[in-house]
Amino acid sequence: MIELDNVSYGYGDHTLFSQLSLVLAPGSFHFLTGPSGAGKTTLLRLCYADLRAATGQVRLFGQDAAELDRDGVAMTRRRIGVVHQDCQFLDHLSISENIALPLTVAGRGAEATGDLEELLHWVGLGAQAAQRPPELSGGERQRAALARAVIMSPEVIIADEPTGNVDWEMSQRLLTLLVELNRMGKTVLIATHDMMMIRSLKSDVNARVLRLKDGALMQAGAEL
Amino acid sequence: MKVFLDLIVGDPQADRAVPPTGMTAQLTVFVAGVMAFLAVLALALSLAAGRVADRWAEELAQASTLRLPASPDQADAQLRAAMNVLETTPGVAMARALTPAEQQALLEPWFGPDLPLDSLPIPQLVEIIADSDGYDQAGLAARLAAEVPGAVLDDHTRWRAPLVAAAGRLRLMGWVVIVAIGAGMAAMITLAAHAALAANEQVIRVLRLVGARDIYIARAFVRRFTLRAGGGAVAGAVLGVGAVLLLPRGDVAGGFLTGLGFAGAGWIGPLVIPPLAAIVAFFATRAAALRRLREQT
Repeated sequence: MIELDNVSYGYGDHTLFSQLSLVLAPGSFHFLTGPSGAGKTTLLRLCYADLRAATGQVRLFGQDAAELDRDGVAMTRRRIGVVHQDCQFLDHLSISENIALPLTVAGRGAEATGDLEELLHWVGLGAQAAQRPPELSGGERQRAALARAVIMSPEVIIADEPTGNVDWEMSQRLLTLLVELNRMGKTVLIATHDMMMIRSLKSDVNARVLRLKDGALMQAGAEL
Repeated sequence: MKVFLDLIVGDPQADRAVPPTGMTAQLTVFVAGVMAFLAVLALALSLAAGRVADRWAEELAQASTLRLPASPDQADAQLRAAMNVLETTPGVAMARALTPAEQQALLEPWFGPDLPLDSLPIPQLVEIIADSDGYDQAGLAARLAAEVPGAVLDDHTRWRAPLVAAAGRLRLMGWVVIVAIGAGMAAMITLAAHAALAANEQVIRVLRLVGARDIYIARAFVRRFTLRAGGGAVAGAVLGVGAVLLLPRGDVAGGFLTGLGFAGAGWIGPLVIPPLAAIVAFFATRAAALRRLREQT
């Protein structure tokens, strides 16, 4: 579904990682851990074609990401739901409009009504639908970001530190939602440095934990 | 046509994706209004200059004036002799001696209404209108010199040619000004569109994140700028037409100048300016948006 084959990437003269390979099979659940600055966010951005690999090949749904034109990138992103740590909302729109944005840009805004209501209740934001993003708490914003990421029913969910700005209880609630999505057949990749969160979920989901450190990606082991 | 209809009808949900940008919105409306106002004035000038050029070139080309010497005792005899020559000249469609009242009217702008025409040695003027084939100017002049000594035949070429050329240049200049106004408006709207796109960089990033194509993002800006430019141009054109209507009419001042107002098919001009402004804005914004989006990777 998403494959990175001997990929390297760097900023300026600094090589973040090289010869890195990763395969996200359909329906799989992956955690990506590692210290700050190791390149977790960069690796995620390569996975949704927000960056292009310096060398190596990134294949998204069987297509070489380097060969995708601008429209091709847009179409690919409709198959990948992304949750950012800082959510990235349009503050002039209501939460329901923000969640429906992927449908709107795909010209399927009319389909939003039924799905949206269901989705708002699924993430517990039914009462906040008309509010604007700045009026919501960190946890509510993260849940709204997750709702936006899944409204197009994407095949892959990529979340970058989704619990970074929320308390323990809220992070458990968010992760439960991600596990639910995985059980529905979605491929999930979560970048986090929160090992406690990973340990708490290990029994609920068959997750593979990867560690990115010193430019290399390896299977996490003893620290779990 | 469908592109423009879609543009006018729009997609309310897509429109809301880009936040309103007050400053650039007002700037675009203002610029389009001012440019349309100036375009209407330039168009009025160009059309008026065209009418003058055409009139001088076509109507006066058929007309000549014969000036008879101002000798009161021989005036009637000279006029009869001259009329006899003119009536027997092939190519002369009509020859008519100006009445004292008409001669007085011609001199009135310079000497006032109380001119004692009878007591002044004013030459008698004869208006000659040629037919479509024209007459032999040199032959007529030679015959008049023999039959009416001192008579001067003036076919207006000496003063008409530079005036026709000047009016033609004025007309051309009017069109150049209109093209320059259009180019200036395109440049201003391009700048405003760039400013709006730069101010909305984060919005564009979010839209791309959720799978928006460049053309979708561009369309939101294009629609906004096209409607603003069209609206501003309507207001500017209405004010421009109002200003032209308030100008004094040229024909009141002796018919030498034609009026600056619009007439007949000329009214299409100010009606076309707002849609043209909208079309200029459409293409300027579209080009600016797509270029800017290509640069924002």
